[in-house]
Amino acid sequence: MFEITDPNNIQLNSEGQLKHFITTEGLSRELLTEIIDTADSFVDMNAQQVKKVPLLRGKTVVNLFFESSTRTLSTFELAAKRLSADVLNLNISTSSTSKGETLKDTLQTLEAMHSDMFVVRHSDSGAAHFIAEHVTPNVAVINAGDGRHAHPTQAMLDMLTIKRHKGDFSPLVVTIIGDILHSRVARSQIHALRTLGAAEIRVVAPNTLLPRNIEALGVKVFTSMESGLKDADVVIMLRLQKERMKSALLPSESEFYKLFGLTNEKLQHAKPDAVVMHPGPINRGVEIESAVADGPQSLILDQVTNGIAVRMAVMSMSMSGQMTEKNLKTEA
Amino acid sequence: MLIIKNGRLIDPQNNHDKVCDLYIQNGKVISIGQAPTGFSANKTIDASGHIVIPGLIDMCAHVREPGYTQKATIASETAAAVAGGITTMITPPTTKPVVDNPAVAELIIDRAEATGLANVMPVGALTQGLQGEQLAPMHALSRSGCVAFSNARESIPSALVLLRCLEYAATHDFLVIFQPQNHDLTGEGCMHDDTTCTRLGLTGIPETAETIEVARCLLLVEQTGVRAHFGQLSAERSVRMVTDARKRGLNVTADVSIHHLLLTDMNVNGFNSMFHVIPPLRSQLDRAGLRHGLVTDGIQAICSDHQPHDPAAKQAPFAATEPGISGLETLLPLGLMLVEQELLSLPQLIEKLTAAPAAILELNKGSLGIGCDADICIFNPETQWQLNSDNCVSAGHNSPFMNTPLKGKVTHTLIKGEMVYQA
Repeated sequence: MFEITDPNNIQLNSEGQLKHFITTEGLSRELLTEIIDTADSFVDMNAQQVKKVPLLRGKTVVNLFFESSTRTLSTFELAAKRLSADVLNLNISTSSTSKGETLKDTLQTLEAMHSDMFVVRHSDSGAAHFIAEHVTPNVAVINAGDGRHAHPTQAMLDMLTIKRHKGDFSPLVVTIIGDILHSRVARSQIHALRTLGAAEIRVVAPNTLLPRNIEALGVKVFTSMESGLKDADVVIMLRLQKERMKSALLPSESEFYKLFGLTNEKLQHAKPDAVVMHPGPINRGVEIESAVADGPQSLILDQVTNGIAVRMAVMSMSMSGQMTEKNLKTEA
Repeated sequence: MLIIKNGRLIDPQNNHDKVCDLYIQNGKVISIGQAPTGFSANKTIDASGHIVIPGLIDMCAHVREPGYTQKATIASETAAAVAGGITTMITPPTTKPVVDNPAVAELIIDRAEATGLANVMPVGALTQGLQGEQLAPMHALSRSGCVAFSNARESIPSALVLLRCLEYAATHDFLVIFQPQNHDLTGEGCMHDDTTCTRLGLTGIPETAETIEVARCLLLVEQTGVRAHFGQLSAERSVRMVTDARKRGLNVTADVSIHHLLLTDMNVNGFNSMFHVIPPLRSQLDRAGLRHGLVTDGIQAICSDHQPHDPAAKQAPFAATEPGISGLETLLPLGLMLVEQELLSLPQLIEKLTAAPAAILELNKGSLGIGCDADICIFNPETQWQLNSDNCVSAGHNSPFMNTPLKGKVTHTLIKGEMVYQA
């Protein structure tokens, strides 16, 4: 009687192609694989002398960051420029929206500048979804992280990194460690890994950093590193915000590091060829030991490189999905 | 003199359910079935095929005036109420200024009377400014027309202060209404803490945010013997606790909002801010518990928990929107869905919307007995319609039920025999 919204109908066009990229949840394996394969082709291109392709020539991309993030903003900017787009970076303090200007007002102002794509980062879960619902047709929205909800391009760059090092997802045991409760990255990774067919997805954290019923997303929950890491193929560490110590979630950094920090000693529980990842920036000595972060199993710098390629893939695919939708509507 | 002819009269308080005529004079019901001697109607309403019931009494409807008139006014919301067949609205003290002095209570009552539509009965604040520290002048507020006392959803952190409030209310036999919510556990939460919340990455409100407070209040109610009512329960365990307390002889009652009987946290999927309500829409198990409570008399009344908003309040990412549903005009048709689903019989539903709230509030309303005020709702149970932005009377268009097919439409509303709404 009361319809429950399909969270994905907003990001696909009538042909099932990506027109916004809001979440990895519910997207098909074919679509996720297409993102990975397209990104893979851009990785090699980025190593060439001429790094530009004309896929977004004449298009305007606005990086709309309501929450600061140097790393993500830089990779999106670089990705857009390598696709030949004109890029505008806007760091908007959410305090400006509290002066009576709503997010919708901000959006309308920016749309009047005839933008073709918004890359959005916002501290509220669902902000990218809200913007995608309210933009004029044929403007693509890419989620660059919304609250605790999703960070789909980060998840897909992790998938690309895993694919390039491990090949097939189906035999893999992937362990995600740290602040699962507040992590949009973890949620997006879990959805993507499930769809791509990873054999087992584990999360490791104290109960204070685990969201309610996380098992329902298809993960196994561990509260000890030893058992969570046992025979893992991929180890993904999450960033821990320092303010968690003050909000009664954890007693101290040192206790967290002792119990949940990744050291070479603990990594011995994983498979010998296990790879280690981290979305960055790293808190050395809190989440991860320097020897591991800089060690032979670490893929942390590969992740950054792959991030540009994935963002190029997602931007070009969603712009293409928007063009298809526009053409279909014109024909109709 | 007015006659309402050939309608199916349902009056649960007097156990009436039959097709008959209703005779009204001087604002009172003077006869049912038989025309009184010498009765000569100067107006007749043909209610053939319609249902005639006492006007609905809504246990929780925010009118937003004074203080929030950009959202709604007493005039706009009383008009919406009568369009929904509601003749009496109980309005919480959360106005600006709050209802913690007789002037505010009198202002609300006076404005409602001047508008001449639905009765508006304020609930007085339990503590001054709803700050949870100092007792509000309950006796004076009662004299100025407050029908009960509540701290709304604001916390009273000190159990001692709450105890004193209840002792003082019990002294004067005042009804205390709890809208139980532990602020520490609610925090910045915006939806029920469960799987959907985890998936969406929203901040959750655990069920214990309500149940801890229900338990605390029940213990103090037991100690003080105060008459107490729990408004808008959302959790199955809350219903069980209140039901057990009633079985143990405590003078406690409860209501539930219509949307908590129909929706669950699953509806939030998709970040639709229209489903942002406090208390949050909870699990299927909780909804089943509320429905069970309704049929086993653990919950006595159904309300709209009407909270009209201006459009901007709902146009933001989910957590940044203001909670609440505009519900006056959909209370009856959504209630009729419970009848269609065979959860309640039609008379049982009408009882939950009329006689039960009147009994809880000790009002001489909610009945069509001889001598009662002729506050009457007439509706066609077969009319299919949709609430939409064109026909919505309330200033708040914030409803997840907008454009939903509804069955059952109010055609006439009378207050003291005067027609205040006609479709």
